[in-house]
Amino acid sequence: MRVGIVCPYTWAVPGGVQEHIRNLAEALIDLGHQVSVISPADDDTPLPGYVVPAGRAVPVPYNGSVGRLAFGFLSASRVRRWVKDGQFDVLHVHEPIVPSLGLLACWVSSGPIVATVHTANPRSRWMLAARPALQSALEKISARIAVSEAARTTQVEHLGGDAVLIPNGVSVRRYEKADPLPGWPGAGGALGFLGRMDESRKGLAVLLAAFEILGAQRAGLRLLVAGPGDTEEVLDKVSAPLRDRVVLLGQVSEADKVRVYHSVDVFCAPNTGGESFGIVLAEAMAAGAPIVASDLDAFRMVLRGGQAGELFAIGDAAELAMAASRLLDDPQRRAELSKAATAAVKVYDWPVIARDVVAVYQTVTLGGIKVGVVA
Amino acid sequence: MTMTSVIIIVGIALLLGVYISWRAGRLDRLHARLEATRAALDVALLRRSSVALELASTGLLDPATSLLLASAAHDARTAADDARELRESDLTRALRAAFGQPEFRASLAGGHGAEELLAEVETASHQVFLARKFHNDAVAATLLARRRWLARLLRLSGGAPLPGFFEIDDSLVAAGPDGQGTDMPHLTG
Repeated sequence: MRVGIVCPYTWAVPGGVQEHIRNLAEALIDLGHQVSVISPADDDTPLPGYVVPAGRAVPVPYNGSVGRLAFGFLSASRVRRWVKDGQFDVLHVHEPIVPSLGLLACWVSSGPIVATVHTANPRSRWMLAARPALQSALEKISARIAVSEAARTTQVEHLGGDAVLIPNGVSVRRYEKADPLPGWPGAGGALGFLGRMDESRKGLAVLLAAFEILGAQRAGLRLLVAGPGDTEEVLDKVSAPLRDRVVLLGQVSEADKVRVYHSVDVFCAPNTGGESFGIVLAEAMAAGAPIVASDLDAFRMVLRGGQAGELFAIGDAAELAMAASRLLDDPQRRAELSKAATAAVKVYDWPVIARDVVAVYQTVTLGGIKVGVVA
Repeated sequence: MTMTSVIIIVGIALLLGVYISWRAGRLDRLHARLEATRAALDVALLRRSSVALELASTGLLDPATSLLLASAAHDARTAADDARELRESDLTRALRAAFGQPEFRASLAGGHGAEELLAEVETASHQVFLARKFHNDAVAATLLARRRWLARLLRLSGGAPLPGFFEIDDSLVAAGPDGQGTDMPHLTG
């Protein structure tokens, strides 16, 4: 099948949507499909062979923050040319309600269009003002995909009609094997955390409180934290005797991220809410890390009700400390959890997810009409 | 006490009274001017966001640009007082991004009512620029007058709150031949 995928954000900038599209495109190519991705890109960035640059994205305020978006007639005509040349069987746009290439692609094309909504975004009154322009673009979408329940709600509110839920995938083979960081996990044991340090719903504060309890009981235990945020501010919250046993890496490279999962005895996901899926959790599972996670709906589902990782009451540092402590003392249970996690994450592996997406493609192309451009 | 000294004292008191009432009157006039310029600024801002919203809803633009303008205009119009300056600056930036596209005008040429609407957005943006200048002038003059010792001592401005400058990014593309900013800037160069 010839598939055209539209990426709304600059290709080389790290982001969930770009990552999703890269994995999807590569999984589709592995399945034998012909894939072309159009994306905003700066002139000098090297791109994979399947990506077609659509020019630079412009920084512009949108929805309370400054995003880099590609809009306007020039971008639209680039997309149009790409669609015309591509002879696609199906067009797959991402984030169609972000003012960028995805929306423009819907506008200039006809035929089978699949749209994926990633971010949850409550409907706002101003959308009414842009409605004449939006409607002619959005009503052409023949199938909608949402990556989470929250995104599905957004879909229904903005676009009407229902959406198929296909969760984010994780590229299992990229996380399976890696060397631990030098010196980790160490004889005294190690706990791990990955995520923004300064975003309270990621729950680092809960883990730090648990570490106060555990650190006092276990002389050699260390805590490894990776993710963007102010490291000094975090260290200030750790009591003085434990400070040299909390290692803050800050933001790490993709390769080091994988190594972090392999560097700890117990990986903690203390999130306090707002997670629609928990990509970090899925990555840790792919790496085979024994996991202790908050009992959020999304986490419970991914961890198969606690079978593939221990769950503790949301925000309860004492319970987290207890669960982690049990695991630290029980290597056999850790091995069991690791095995269960590796097995459970298989359903989120990209080749599996990509097959679900292909099923959607096949359904919308049943009519036998190809993708074209509108006059 | 002689007659002369009584006359002198009464004279001084009279002069002082006249002076104070003159200062108070001046402050009063400044406050009136302040209110007028602020009202003018509010009207200019409101006019700008309305016409931006209108441009977004015509279907003249591509849907992405429409969406950008509609969201920025709506956010500006409904912003809470403490976020107003930020949101109005965002609207300026969104307008600049839209109008700054290469061939922007050419791409709209021939659209029904396009010329008039673009001109209206230009005018409204320019009015915001001017109204803010005049308002901040009035603020500066009022603050200066209120800082005088007599005004403070006798609380000549009563309970009126201290006025604040209205600070937003309203800079448009200044098309001065020497690269210098001009006072007649436009959204497109």
